[in-house]
Amino acid sequence: MMPWTTSLAATDAQTINAALLVSALLFTCGLVGFLTRRNMIIMFLCTELMFQAAALALIAFGKVHQDLSGQVFVIFILTVAAAEAALALGLVVLLYRRRETLDSEAWSELRETS
Amino acid sequence: MLDPASIQPAVVSIPAAIPSPEFAWAGLILLLPVLAAVLSTICGARGVKGKLPGAITSIALIASFVTTLMLFLRLPDDAPRTVHLFDWVAFAWSGTAPNTSFLAPFALYVDSLTLLWMLFVTGLGSLISIYATEYMEADVGKGYARFFASVAFFLFAMGALVMGGNLIVLYLGWEGVGLASYLLIGYFYTKPSAVAAAKKAFIMNRIGDLGLALGGFLIWTNYGTVEYDALFKAISSGAAPAANASAWGAWAIPYCLMLGAFGKSAQIPLFVWLPDAMEGPTPVSALIHAATMVTAGVYLIARMFPLFSLDPNALLVVACVGCLTAFVAATIGMAQYDIKRVMAYSTVSQLGYMFLGLGVGTTFGAVYHVFTHAFFKALLFLCCGAIMHGMAGQLDLRKLSGVRTVKGFGIISWTFFIGCLCLAGFPFTAGFFSKDTIIAQAFASGNPTFAWLGWVALFTAFLTAYYTFRVWFRVCAGPQKYEAGDEVHSHDDGAHDAHGHDDHGQAHGHAHGHAHGHAHGHAHSHAAAHAHSHDWHPHGPRWAINGVLLVICIGALLAAVPSYNGELQHKPNWVETMVAHSSAASGIPSHEHAAHGHEAGAAAHHALSFTGIEDVHTATSVVASAVGVLGICVALWFHLLNRTAADKLRAALLSNGLTRWLPLLLENKWYVDEIYHAVFRLPSWFLGHVLHFLDKQLIDGLLVNGGARVPVELGRLFQPLYNGALQGYAATMAGGIALIAAWVFWIWMHGG
Repeated sequence: MMPWTTSLAATDAQTINAALLVSALLFTCGLVGFLTRRNMIIMFLCTELMFQAAALALIAFGKVHQDLSGQVFVIFILTVAAAEAALALGLVVLLYRRRETLDSEAWSELRETS
Repeated sequence: MLDPASIQPAVVSIPAAIPSPEFAWAGLILLLPVLAAVLSTICGARGVKGKLPGAITSIALIASFVTTLMLFLRLPDDAPRTVHLFDWVAFAWSGTAPNTSFLAPFALYVDSLTLLWMLFVTGLGSLISIYATEYMEADVGKGYARFFASVAFFLFAMGALVMGGNLIVLYLGWEGVGLASYLLIGYFYTKPSAVAAAKKAFIMNRIGDLGLALGGFLIWTNYGTVEYDALFKAISSGAAPAANASAWGAWAIPYCLMLGAFGKSAQIPLFVWLPDAMEGPTPVSALIHAATMVTAGVYLIARMFPLFSLDPNALLVVACVGCLTAFVAATIGMAQYDIKRVMAYSTVSQLGYMFLGLGVGTTFGAVYHVFTHAFFKALLFLCCGAIMHGMAGQLDLRKLSGVRTVKGFGIISWTFFIGCLCLAGFPFTAGFFSKDTIIAQAFASGNPTFAWLGWVALFTAFLTAYYTFRVWFRVCAGPQKYEAGDEVHSHDDGAHDAHGHDDHGQAHGHAHGHAHGHAHGHAHSHAAAHAHSHDWHPHGPRWAINGVLLVICIGALLAAVPSYNGELQHKPNWVETMVAHSSAASGIPSHEHAAHGHEAGAAAHHALSFTGIEDVHTATSVVASAVGVLGICVALWFHLLNRTAADKLRAALLSNGLTRWLPLLLENKWYVDEIYHAVFRLPSWFLGHVLHFLDKQLIDGLLVNGGARVPVELGRLFQPLYNGALQGYAATMAGGIALIAAWVFWIWMHGG
C-alpha cells in the first residue's frame, strides 16, 4: 500500500462500482460467447473480451487503492495481448488450412484416449 | 624407576631413535620393487612375449636385497634410526593435549628387528623370484607380467610394513600385502576355486585389518602419536594417558592389534583362508603364504611389544591362541593328502608356535622361529612346487612315490628332506633350536598355564615330525610310482594354456598304476589336444629351480648357525642380540638386561643361558628331540616300511563307531569351514534373502511402484473429462471458478 493512499470519496465509489459492473458484464459476455460458439475466431475474440474485462477491473481497483500498479499492469496486458493475438490468429489460420473449417469440433480427436 | 607394586611388568626403556637423513638411500629398498612392478605392468600392457618381467623383477629384488645388506653393514651401532623420506600426512590443530597433531610422515624406522625381517624378506623374495622365472614359464606373456608385477608390488608393501616408521605406513604395507596376496591367490582367475580362495583370503584379512585400524586409532587417542619413536618414548616414560582417553580404550589396544595379527598370520579364529590360499602359484605360496607375509602378525606384536607387555592377560591370550592353533593345524595336517595343503597347515601350526613364543615372553624365540621357518618353509613349498611342476600338477601323496629315484628329481628330494628335518625339529637343525627356545620358555616362565601350553606344544612337535615325514616318505621314498596330474603339457610346444596350471587336489579317478607315467584321457586339459600329450614324462627342473632350492637349503641349514654360536661356543646368538636391541625386547629381561641389575619379576622368567636353571632348557631340548625322532619313526613305519598299515589303521578307526570321529574330524579339517558356513554364511545368506524380499516387495513394490500408481489411477479417474470438446473444457473451468467464487462469497457472507 502506497503512502498517498487516502479514503475514497462517495462519487469515486459509484464510478468504481460502475466500472466493476461493466467489467463483470464484459467477462460474462466473453465466457458465454466462448462456451456457445464453435467458430475459432469468435472464440478467440471472446477470450479477448474476458481479457479486457480483467484489465478494466484492474484499473478500477487501482483507482480504489490509489495505486498506479493497476494501470501499469494494464499497459503490460495490452502489450502481451497484442503479441498473443498475432500468435493466436496465426494458429487459427494454420488450423483452418489443415481442415478447411473454423469449427473447433474438427479437432476433437485431440482428446485423451483411454 | 617403576613402582614395584604396580601390576605392570618392568618396561625396558627403548633408546630414542636417531634421525638419520644420511641413510635416505635406504628408501631404495622400497623404491626398487615399485619400479619393477611398474615396468612389469608396462611389459604386460605392451604385450612383451618373453621372460623380461621376470628378469626385471629378479634384478630389482636382488638390488633391494643388496641395499638392505648394505644398510645392515653400514649402520654403526644398534640404536634405532628414523629416516624421514617425505612428508605424507601432517595435520595439527589446537586440541586437548596430546591429541594436537596427526603426523605420519613417510619415514623408515630402522632397528635390528627391521633389518632382520628385511634381510630375509628381500633375500627370499629375490630367490623365489628367480625360481618363478622358470616355474611360471608356461604362462609367458600377459600372465607372466601380471605375476611379477604383483610379486614386486608385494615386496614393496612388505617393505613398507616392516620398515615404516609409524602405524600409518605399516597399515599401508599391511593392506598392500593383503592386496598382493589377493591378486596372486586369484592368479588363475578363470578357475572358480582360485577366485573363491582369493575372496576368502581378502575378506578374512579385512576382519583382522579392522582390528589393526581400531588399534591404531586407540593408540593415537591414548598417546597422541602413531610414530613408533614418539610412542615408545611415551610408553617408557610412563606418561599418563591422554585426558580424553578412556580406560577401556587403553585396555583394548593390544586386543585390537592382536585381532589384526591373527588375521594376517592365520591364527584361530581367522586361519581358514591360508590353506585355501594354496590355489595361488607355488612360488607365491612359498613367499607370501609361508615365509613373509604371514609373519607380519608376529612382526606387529614384536614391534608393539611395549604395549603388549603392559598387559599380561593380552600376552596370555596370544599364547593360548597360538598354542591352540599350532595343535589344531598340526592335527589337520596329519590327515591331508594334498602335499601343498599339508604344508599350508604346517605353516599355520608353526605360526601358532611363533605366537606362543610371543605370548610366553620370548620374542627372541618367536622372531628366531620366524627367521628359520622362513627358510625351511619356503624350501618345502618350493620343493612341493618343483615336484608339482615336473609331475604335471600332481599333488596327491597317494599318487606319488619314490620320486627320489626319478631322473632329475634328486636335488628336489634331498633339499626337501633337509627342509623336512628342519620342520620336524630334528636335533641340531634350525627349526629345532628356534622351536625349543619357545617351548623351553613356556616351561621356564614359571607360569602353570604356560607349562600346560608347553606340553601341548611338545605333543604338537611330535605331530609335526609325523606329518612332515609322512609327506617325504610317501612322495620321495619307496618304490617309484607316479601318476601325472591333470595339467599334462608337452614342453617342446610353446602354446601352453595358462589356466590349467597349478590345479591341484582335483584328483581324477584314473588308477592305472602307470609305471612310466603315461597320461591317458585328460579330456579337460587343454594340452590334451596336443600331439605330445599322450607321451608324457615327468621332467626335472632346470638350473633356476635347482639352484634356488640349493641356495635356500643352505640358508635353512645356516639359519641354525646363530644357535651353534649361542649354545656351543657361548657367544651371543646374533638373532637374540638383534631382538634384544629392538622394541621387541621391551619388558623381557634378557641376560643383558639382567646383568644391569634388572631384577623385577626375576622368579617369573628364565634367562636362557649362564644361569643355574639352564637345565630346563636342556631338558626341553632332549624331550623335543625325542618326540621329533619318535614322530619321524612313526612316519617311517606307516608310510615307508608298512604303507598298508596306515590304510588299515584308518579303516579300523572308521569302522569302529567310537573312534570314527577321529579320522573324519581331521580329514574334514575339524569342520571349521562347515561351522563358519553354518554360523556366518548361512545366517548372512538367509538375512540377505529376507532383505532382498523386503526390498523387492516393500521398497520397490509398495513405496516406489505403489507411489507411482497413485497419479496413474487418479488420471484414469478424470480421464473421461478430456473428451476433446473445447467448450467442455472451458465449461469445466468456468464451473470450477464459479464454485470457488461461490465458496468465497459464502465465507464473506458468514465469516465477515
